[in-house]
Amino acid sequence: MTALLEVRDLVKRFDTGGLLRGPRAVVHAVNGVSFELAAGETLGLVGESGSGKSTVGRVILRLTDASAGSVRFGGVDVFGLSAGELRAIRRRMQIVFQDPYSSLDPRMRAGSAVAEGLEIHRLLPSAEIPGRVAELFQEVGLDPSFSAKFPHECSGGQRQRIGIARALAVDPAFLVCDEPVSALDVSVQAQVLNLLADLQRRRGIAFLFIAHDLAVVRQLAHRIAVMYFGRIVELAPTETIIRTPLHPYTQALLSAVPEPDPARQRTRIVLKGEPPKPMAPPPGCPFASRCFHPMKNERCVNELPPLRAVGESQVACHYAEYSLQPSALSHQPSASNPQTPTPNP
Amino acid sequence: MSDLLEVQDLRIRFPAPGGGVSCPVDGVSLRLARGETLALVGESGSGKSLTALALLRLVPPPGVIDPASRIVLEGVNLLELQGEALRAIRGGRIGLVFQDAMTSLNPVISIGEQVRETVAAHRTLRGKEARERAIALLDEVGMPGASTRYRAYPHELSGGLRQRALIAIALAGEPDVLIADEPTTALDVTVQAQILELLDQLRTSRGMAVLLISHDLGLVAGRADRVAVMYAGQIVEEASTSRLFRSPSHPYTRALFGSIPRLDGAVDRLVPIAGAVPLPDAWPPACRFHPRCPEVLARCSIETPPVVPLAPGEMSRCWLLVKGAR
Repeated sequence: MTALLEVRDLVKRFDTGGLLRGPRAVVHAVNGVSFELAAGETLGLVGESGSGKSTVGRVILRLTDASAGSVRFGGVDVFGLSAGELRAIRRRMQIVFQDPYSSLDPRMRAGSAVAEGLEIHRLLPSAEIPGRVAELFQEVGLDPSFSAKFPHECSGGQRQRIGIARALAVDPAFLVCDEPVSALDVSVQAQVLNLLADLQRRRGIAFLFIAHDLAVVRQLAHRIAVMYFGRIVELAPTETIIRTPLHPYTQALLSAVPEPDPARQRTRIVLKGEPPKPMAPPPGCPFASRCFHPMKNERCVNELPPLRAVGESQVACHYAEYSLQPSALSHQPSASNPQTPTPNP
Repeated sequence: MSDLLEVQDLRIRFPAPGGGVSCPVDGVSLRLARGETLALVGESGSGKSLTALALLRLVPPPGVIDPASRIVLEGVNLLELQGEALRAIRGGRIGLVFQDAMTSLNPVISIGEQVRETVAAHRTLRGKEARERAIALLDEVGMPGASTRYRAYPHELSGGLRQRALIAIALAGEPDVLIADEPTTALDVTVQAQILELLDQLRTSRGMAVLLISHDLGLVAGRADRVAVMYAGQIVEEASTSRLFRSPSHPYTRALFGSIPRLDGAVDRLVPIAGAVPLPDAWPPACRFHPRCPEVLARCSIETPPVVPLAPGEMSRCWLLVKGAR
């Protein structure tokens, strides 16, 4: 299977500080991220706030410029495109944002918002646009009468459906979903997740599904990449990463996902310590300051572990093999033994 | 087990846009015992946060608490208190931790001073003693380097540490009841686990009762002794945590479980709840869940369902549990 999207060594630096804003410093929001995405595939990109996951999505679409690295979409070098060529390729790459309230124009009716892409890319004669918009509303589960509504007249779930219809209008092959359900109530969140799954099955769209909630990502993702401090620390098929997480950070993330069944509570790993400061990245593993791995040592503090293949997974941990031993797995459901692994002092 | 706090038939009224009255909290009854964690769970707009504010008599105007409601803390009806007596309750015997520490903390006063202020307001400690007490409280909530961090301003701290500072302020009045309103919603999952762990430790070490308010059933599963599920201003089901998760009795609770993505087991297609959460000025008649209920009966849209007691302290508000109702 050839990749639809190839991301290589992506870097995004931000300059901070300066006059009256504290000391000048450079922050690496994204630091050497690489992955591939096949047509019709979903890659889940998981991490906590500040991990760089949203920046990856924005850089791929050139909503912000990369500092280094390359993105190829359908074989085309996205960063080498002129403004006109970029507009043409954007028809194939779309994004759905977290908060459809701030991403939809408050003065634009829903129908116009959905039609905008069709008009800009001149995909249909104007006479046919209203009919196509009505079809798109039906496809995302909204009554076509919603065309006449303003965003403030719609609920959060309805606004998110409008945002999805707007992205679908130009018939994309690739969709960045940036926390598309985290602002929604659970009962509505399930509606939108099912809608995205149906759209992928029907249209064969590839998703980069960015979210902080592993249980949500698992619903849609074929593979999951976990980001920490601007880097991918683990990338593996979904069920592999959930059953046998190899990076200690992935293990901690999994153990922190609330389990809605008191009888099946996982062993809780409560991390101690603080993540490193973005302005002062450590020379070694960025997770070392919070790591509870029994083999953690000076090497972790001084030497950055590269992302490397271990079994079916790619992991950035010097001692990932240790986690393959059954006794080391700390995420197994355990009702009787909710102990906290003791972190190194 | 004697009750520390008892809420009876709490009703909060707001004037509705059309000239009528809406009741975003409509007949809520709760009991909370010393040393226990009760979770109040519901989606946005269910009335759970307003219930919490009412316990401290902080319902924002023009909302009013119905005078027939009762909020009883060890024999004293809080709705009859005024002035000094009421101040001794607010932040004193009942502490409150909000969701967003950045907006609840004063940005231009150091966190230590904010804790000391509350200590001085509720206890007889002054000067150096109050300051030492504040440092001890920061230490108790796991603030690393409490005596140096005393001088830190909120913006200098991470989200998790700000939340710890807020908890220290809530503890300054030595509360018997701690209300935590979505205390971890704004935090990352790994930090969320730390804060919930801390609340659990404090409850045990201080013998406090904790009212944990959350939209996340999964989050309360491992933390609460009992759970009350709110929908459209009412408690629709109350049960021990283990019973609620083993055999939920209300169709809304069952529907919530069907819509939550899980990490364990097979990836099944989620079963969403049709429609959206209703608004307070348009609660559906009779059973408020009936327009979205997958198990709805003919009478559910006509007659208000009774509160069906299932066991001591357990109830469900549903016709399906009334014999012969089908």
